[in-house]
Amino acid sequence: MDAGDIARALTRIAHEILERNKGVHGLALVGIRTGGVYLAHRLVRRIQDIEGVTVPSGELDITLYRDDLALRKEQPVLRRTSVPFDISEKIIVLVDDVLFTGRTIRAAMDGLIDLGRPAEIQLAVLVDRGHRQLPIRASYIGKNLPTSREEKVQVMLEEDGEDDRVVILKA
Amino acid sequence: MSLKRKDLLSLAPLSVDEIRLILETADSFKEVTGREIKKVPALRGRTVVNLFFEPSTRTRTSFELAAKRLSADVINFSPSSSSVVKGETLLDTARNIEAMQADIIVLRHSSAGAAETLARGVKSSVINAGDGWHEHPTQALLDLYTIRERGLSFDGLRVAIVGDVAHSRVARSNIQALTKLGAQVRLVGPPTMMPCGVEKLGVRVFYDLDEALQGAQVIMMLRLQLERQGRALFPTIREYARLYGLTAERVKIAEPGAIVMHPGPINRGVEIAPEVADSLSSVILDQVANGVAVRMGILYLMSGAN
Repeated sequence: MDAGDIARALTRIAHEILERNKGVHGLALVGIRTGGVYLAHRLVRRIQDIEGVTVPSGELDITLYRDDLALRKEQPVLRRTSVPFDISEKIIVLVDDVLFTGRTIRAAMDGLIDLGRPAEIQLAVLVDRGHRQLPIRASYIGKNLPTSREEKVQVMLEEDGEDDRVVILKA
Repeated sequence: MSLKRKDLLSLAPLSVDEIRLILETADSFKEVTGREIKKVPALRGRTVVNLFFEPSTRTRTSFELAAKRLSADVINFSPSSSSVVKGETLLDTARNIEAMQADIIVLRHSSAGAAETLARGVKSSVINAGDGWHEHPTQALLDLYTIRERGLSFDGLRVAIVGDVAHSRVARSNIQALTKLGAQVRLVGPPTMMPCGVEKLGVRVFYDLDEALQGAQVIMMLRLQLERQGRALFPTIREYARLYGLTAERVKIAEPGAIVMHPGPINRGVEIAPEVADSLSSVILDQVANGVAVRMGILYLMSGAN
């Protein structure tokens, strides 16, 4: 995917979110650190362009909810969770860059529910690369990217000082 | 960056980067402690043992709360209710605790070096929660966190540590960390409470409180251990309070906006006047609140698989 593909996919996802939820009422976006946070901000801007409303948005660090913490020799660096609004009774769209095994999303849902009881949780991803290990599926998908389990999918974004693009790294 | 250490015994061997990592990790836990549900599953299935051979309410409760908010199982051991009164040695007690699969042992002991001895003898991680007059690293880390939270930067920071420096593990840990981070540390107290050769740690020694407070941005009061009064370190409590007690007038000598710290428990009217302890410049209760977040950070960083 190049910059144009990413931009068009995000515009389509923004429209799909609004269509499915019949507007912005009760809607809020929560990006999963780090890539998901950037994409959530972009979606907020697109929704603002379409509807003229800035929906609340937050940032979720899922590290403390990972299912492999007890197995790791060194603990991963924590980043800050910041969800500056009450998520109860809201429709929360979780945003991430790549959907792979589904373990990150499981952790994100647990993390989110510790903050309150949303009316609904939906999931938007830029890339769905398959190989799920949990029964999880995305509500909005930028692109389905068939990959082998050994390959790596990397989403590079301007916010990280890169040109927008998605690349598959061969094992 | 990660903390590649089995134990946390002293701040002396920690690098500046490691100290910063601990403070930044505590930021994430500060957010957790502000939530309605103040609990995360990070240490599920881990066991933390509080082994306290000296009375402590604050530190033990703080560690207990920190471990519980990380979903660890916590056991509290104190000598009066354990086999220590039957003559068991420290190491034997600890080995028994370890045999029960403890992942982290938090030790408070009246002898300097007790934590180090324990750490050499057991496979579990050991956190020093105060060993004699030696160190109290988690107290210093929560002090650093509180200073940083107030927007003060450590480089060139003027800190006055006031009181019984010689018998204070809190002072020793803070001196280690603050000088490492580039702060200018001044020690003030009566000569009987100032360790010989302490200047070698890169600090300045004062015997006059008013002089030491000039330009200070942080005033760190130490608890006067009244139980030492019989040892002729100072003539009377009244004289000590007059010479080394922090009053509202003395706070005015320091830099405007200076913060007042105290590791607790405070002796009102002795080392600190009640109106100072309760004033806006006092961050004493912030220190207690931050203690939980900082200890959560430390437990998290030290909980990597063995």
